[in-house]
This record gives sequence, structure tokens and C-alpha cells, in this order.
Amino acid sequence: MADLLEVRDLKIGAHAYEEDGSRREIEIVKGISFDLEKGRVLGLIGESGAGKSTIGLAALAYGRGGVTITGGQVRLDGEDILALSPRGIGRVRGARVCYVAQSAAAAFNPAHKLGDQVIEGTLRHGIMSKSEARARAAELFGILGLPDPETFGNRYPHQVSGGQLQRAMTAMALCPRPDLIVFDEPTTALDVTTQIDVLAAIKRAIEETGTAALYITHDLAVVAQVADDIMVLRHGETVEYGPTRQIIEAPEEGYTRALVDVRTTSKPAATDQSGALLRLEGISASYGSGPQVLTDVSLHVPRGQTLAIVGESGSGKSTLARVITGLLPQSAGTVTFDGETLPPRLAQRSKDQLRQIQLIYQMADTAVNPRHTVAQIIGRPLRFYHGMRGKARRERVQELLDQIEMGQGFADRYPAELSGGQKQRVAIARALAAGPELILCDEPTSALDPLVAEGILSLLMRLQKETGVSYVFITHDIAIVRAIADSVAVMLNGRLQRFGPRDEALSPPFDDYTDLLLKSVPEMKEGWLEEALSSRRIASGGQ
Amino acid sequence: MRLRSIPPSAWIGMAGIALAFVAALFAPVLAPYGEREIVGAVWEPMGPEHWLGTDNLGRDLLSRLIFGAQTTLFVALAASILSFAIGICLSFVAAVTRGIVDQGLSRLNDLMMSIPTLIFALVVLAALPQKLWILILVMAILDSTRVFRLGRAVAVDIAVMDFVEAARLRGEGTIWIIFREILPNALSPLLAEFGLRFAFAVLFLSTLSFLGLGIQPPQADWGGMVKDNSDGIIFGVPAALIPGGAIAALAVCVNIVVDWLLHRTSSLKGGRDG
Repeated sequence: MADLLEVRDLKIGAHAYEEDGSRREIEIVKGISFDLEKGRVLGLIGESGAGKSTIGLAALAYGRGGVTITGGQVRLDGEDILALSPRGIGRVRGARVCYVAQSAAAAFNPAHKLGDQVIEGTLRHGIMSKSEARARAAELFGILGLPDPETFGNRYPHQVSGGQLQRAMTAMALCPRPDLIVFDEPTTALDVTTQIDVLAAIKRAIEETGTAALYITHDLAVVAQVADDIMVLRHGETVEYGPTRQIIEAPEEGYTRALVDVRTTSKPAATDQSGALLRLEGISASYGSGPQVLTDVSLHVPRGQTLAIVGESGSGKSTLARVITGLLPQSAGTVTFDGETLPPRLAQRSKDQLRQIQLIYQMADTAVNPRHTVAQIIGRPLRFYHGMRGKARRERVQELLDQIEMGQGFADRYPAELSGGQKQRVAIARALAAGPELILCDEPTSALDPLVAEGILSLLMRLQKETGVSYVFITHDIAIVRAIADSVAVMLNGRLQRFGPRDEALSPPFDDYTDLLLKSVPEMKEGWLEEALSSRRIASGGQ
Repeated sequence: MRLRSIPPSAWIGMAGIALAFVAALFAPVLAPYGEREIVGAVWEPMGPEHWLGTDNLGRDLLSRLIFGAQTTLFVALAASILSFAIGICLSFVAAVTRGIVDQGLSRLNDLMMSIPTLIFALVVLAALPQKLWILILVMAILDSTRVFRLGRAVAVDIAVMDFVEAARLRGEGTIWIIFREILPNALSPLLAEFGLRFAFAVLFLSTLSFLGLGIQPPQADWGGMVKDNSDGIIFGVPAALIPGGAIAALAVCVNIVVDWLLHRTSSLKGGRDG
């Protein structure tokens, strides 16, 4: 059988700008080749910068933001689409090849109804009449498991959830009956419990419509559920290319193995969990006069240990961190730190109380001032809390840089000259510089690539060993919790669902929500998705 | 910063600004005739005697252009700098403290903006004694309403960033947050606005002079010179176009340099678009 998509020696270049403003050509995809048959799914996997999205867009003969396709061929049904005229490409895009983006919320126009947007491309290409397209959309909404398929299209983007929006976007891509769909990280921005539904919907839709797909993601466990073949990419080159089973069960290359067994950090949970450094009692909070975001949360963190707080977006876990820091005064309850009750408001706390609790943010990009050098960023708490100046401060900054494994040559750089992982390390060093007793980590690794995130985690663990600092680690990633936590708190809708030592909290008997949460975490094996879904149906009484 | 990385357009802009400043600083040395000296007939054409011709009273146009640079540059620059100082300080305080301070300052600003600038200036300048510093102050305060608008919008955007929150958590005071955390990040749009406002200040000054409330004759300023010679246009005398061209050229030069500065700051130190 002839291949639907043949990519031969694809080369893609981009412009890079040197510090002095001169332009330089760099190659970001260095000769990639693969074939895709009708009805098959190829997973493209790699870290950010591996070129996976760029390759996906090249299947639409598109180069994003200054990126140009410099060589090779992309043949769709034997026709080289790179050689087509702009009009010819226009006939291919959105008709024969469709695209599903990572952020559906940003991809839909909030001022138009979903139904009209879903069929827009199909109508534009004149593939179907309006009534046919509407019927097709309703059918697809049904296949994708959206509620009320007939009337779902009458809603506006803000009236549906993120997971539903992502499915609506998949419907948009499937509507013109394309030969090929490019999925660009379609579930990355979703919660785990939502991700599993969307993943299942996408898989069913691909099977029922018989379309081929390129599935781009950085999560090997996710791609293992939908892809027939997997291509592992790094720095624009193919590392390994083979059937899914072989890649996850018997990877040949070292890099692929690293991706498969990414979680290497682990530590036994501390046994003695008495003696609290931080204790929250009956905390409730709300933003302004809005609905209550936290209801009666009580927990504690022993000195030198790690408490992991897990939950989905909107569960109130970040709000809890804001209460602890004093950014959001609680409406009820007390925060006790090291035996003394902390005033609710930031302004009422003493400088020393502020020093003892530091916060690390999820987005290192926005957490460090882009106009300050690394030395200024790390040096400020030293000056502010410890009155260090001049040479002493300079030396301490270097010591801290050594401690976060960055070494010489970084002190005078600006954040823009650092990678994402390095920025997060600088943010950690800034927190350390204060000499804190407790560091609140608000999803510090979720914006990072798996291997980089792993480096940050092991750094945090090492620092805990060296300095005896305690962590409150906010995350939605159960795997991280298993690896580093001493105790675990599960949050749902602002309430504490479960709290206790790790091994106790993460073993049965579970409450319903913890069970659902644990079962939704993708595992790196084929057929996990079906197993998880069927066990879920049994649990919920076969509905 | 390496000299080679400066694009030619920025060089042209800087040369233009430098020329204006040199003219202003060394006016008595450079000018072939005196500022108020009547040296020829009315509206003489350009020639070896008077390079740019003479004006409506027979004064040397080139000399007046050079002397005019003094007043025009000084007043416009002083007014712009002052308006930025006032506008930035107040707008950043409003953006950082929010609440009632923000409401008070913002509504006061709206009130000021709702009165047409020119009428406001006319009333105030007519009532107050005609002194240069009063003129500058009035121009600056009127202009600062625009700076406030922009400054507040930019600062509100930056004030919600995590690094500002981190500074608050550290216990930093408002002054540090405004000048060390927010200002460096707000510099790009504010610089661009500065170029624009400077050009407007030159024009506003000439409007005021035209109405008799700006620079008082016989002292030369570019806007006033346009006014003095504007009647000549009817008779085909281009004398008014020369100071007019000088205003335009200065505005263009300032904007070219600001554009380049903007690009440089945003691309090198990791502005939001770099």
C-alpha cells in the first residue's frame, strides 16, 4: 500500500540573532525522513527545541515565525506539497491536512459560536454544504463524547470546559474528512483526569474516521497510548524510530532509555512525622467577596521534610500557598510557623518572618526580573535580609551558583541568556539566599522538559539534605509525589480530601477522588488507556 | 555596546540631534548675525550674503534659526523631561498601590484630560506672569496627563508579574518596586512615548508662541518663526518652510534614535518581545 505521507530528508532552517545583532543561519531540523500509511498514527516525541512542532507544521508546508523549509520533500499521496503554489497549498491546508493546537482556548475566537467555527474551514473549501457540515459536526461531537452533540455547537468557547474545547478543536480538524491530522500537544495543558478523556476521545475518533495522524508530545506515556509508531527526536535529528512497543519496551538508544526511565530520583518517606514547622488549622479563604476557594484546611509540615499538595487546576492548591505567604489573608483559621502564629497579612509580618518562608514559582520566565542580572537577582535577598555588600556578597552569590550546579560565568548574564531550567535554578538560588526554613514550590517543574525537571527535582532534594530546609511542593504530577514526598495532601474543590504520610496516603483504601486521580496518570505501557477506562466504568457502576 | 552595531539610520538621527544641540550651545559663535539685528530687506531670497534669506523684518534667517534652537530645544526638552518625571512617578504609584490612591489619581487625570489642552494652557498662562519656568511647568503638567495614562497601563501589566510579587514577598518597599523592578521593564514603551512627546512639545510651544503666550518676540524660536513668516507663503516666499522643516527634521531624528534604542533594549536584555 502506498504511503499517505512521505517525508524525505526534511531540512528546516531559522535565523538566530547574535548578541551584537548580526544574523546567523541555524538548522533546526537536520534531514528527517519518515513514512505514514493511511489510518496509522506516528508519535513525534522530544524535548522542547527538538523540532517536533516544526516538523508537524512542515506537513502543512508551513514554517512558523521566520522558519523556512530549506530542503527535502514532503509528499502527500505522491505529490510534493512543498513545491505547490500558495493557492495549491491553500487547497491542502484545512482540507486534506488539518491541525490541532495545544491551547484550544487560544485557538478559538471567543466572539463566535463553536459550531460555526468548527465547520468554517470545511465550508470555505466547499467540501460540504452548510447542512451537511452541521450534521457532520454533530456526528463528530457524538464520537468525541461531547454532551448534547446536536446543540453543542450553539455554545460559545467560554461556556465549555478546557477538555471539551480541545475535543471541539479535534472535531474542527476532522470535519472536512482530512487524510492527515497533526496533533500538537493536544492534552499537555489539561489536568490528568481530563487528559484521559480527551485522549480516549481522540483515539476513538482516529479509529472511527480512519484518518492518519502525527501526534506530537513530550510525554512518552501519552503517545504510547495512541501511536502505532514512535519517532524520538533530539536537536532536530532522529534518535530512534520504530514501533511503539519496541520503543517503550526495548529502546536501543541511551537517550530513549533516559526518556523511558525518566524518574530516577526517589527517597524513602520520613518515618517520624511529628513536630511541625508549619501548621495550618481550619484555613478558609476567598478572593474578595467571591466564592470560598479554601474550606477548612488543616495540615502540617514537619521540619526538614516535604509535603506534597496534589490536585487539579482550581482545587485551591496555589491559593493555599498564597495564604501561607500572606499574599491572601485567610478568612478563618491560623497559620503557625515554628511555634508562633503568623499574622495573616504580608504587611504585618516582620522581615525575619518573611525571610523564613520563600516561594518558587511555576514560570521561571516571569519569576525573575528580565532586566536584572543573575548576580542582582540572587544578590538582592543577601543585601536585603543579611546586609551583605561588595565582595562578600559577590562571593556568596558565586557560592550559591555553585550550589545550584551552575558554576562560573553566569553572574553577569541576563535571564534571557539562560535556558528554562537554568532560570528555575536561579529562582531556587534566590530563595536559598534568604536562608529560609521553608520553601513553597508552586509547580516548579511542570513547565520544564522531563529530563530538565528531573535535574531540578534532584537538586531540590540535595539542597534539603544539605540545608535541612522544608518544602511544600504543589504539583499535579503523582509521579513526583511518589518520588520526593514525605507526606501528601490531596485537594479537591478547596477541601482537603486526604492527608497523611506518603505511603499511607497513596495506598488503598482510597476515597473516590484519589482513586480517580491515581488511575488517570498515564503509564508507559500499551493498552493502559483501555484498562484505565474500563476499570473506571466498573467503579462508576457501568455508566 | 559596539559602534559597528549601530545602524546607519540611528547615526543620521544622532547627527541631527547633535547638530541642533551644537547650534543651541554655540549660537553666539556660529550665527553670522545677531538674533535681533535687522540686516537686509524683507524676505530676501537665499544668497551668499544670507544663506537662508531674511525674514519678515529683514533679519537673517539662519542666525535666527541657530538662536531659535536654544529656546526651542531647552523649553521642549525641559518640559518633556519634567512631564515624564511627574507622569511616571504618579502613574507607577497608582499602579502599585491600586485602591483609593489609584482611583483618586486616575480620576484627577481624567478631569485634566477632559479640558482641551490648549484652552487650559491659555487660561493658566494668561493668568500667571510670563516667565519661562512657568511656561515650562504648565507644558509639563499638561503633557504629564498623557504620560500618566500610558505609564499606568504599562505598569499595571508589569505589577502583576511574578517577580514583582516575589519582591513584595521579600518585604521590599514601594520605592524599590517602582524604580528597580517595574521601571526597567517599562522603559521601552516610555522611551518611544518620549520621542513622540518631545516632538509634540516643540509643536505645542510654537502654537503657544503663535497665540502670543509662548516665547515673546523678539526672542527667536522655531514655532514663532513659522508664525512670523507664514504670511510670506501667500507671496511665494518660502521663509516659513525653513523653521518648519527644522521642526520636522528634529522630530524625525528624535524618533529614529528612539526607535533604535527601543529595538536595542528589547532585543538585548530580554524584553518581552526579544
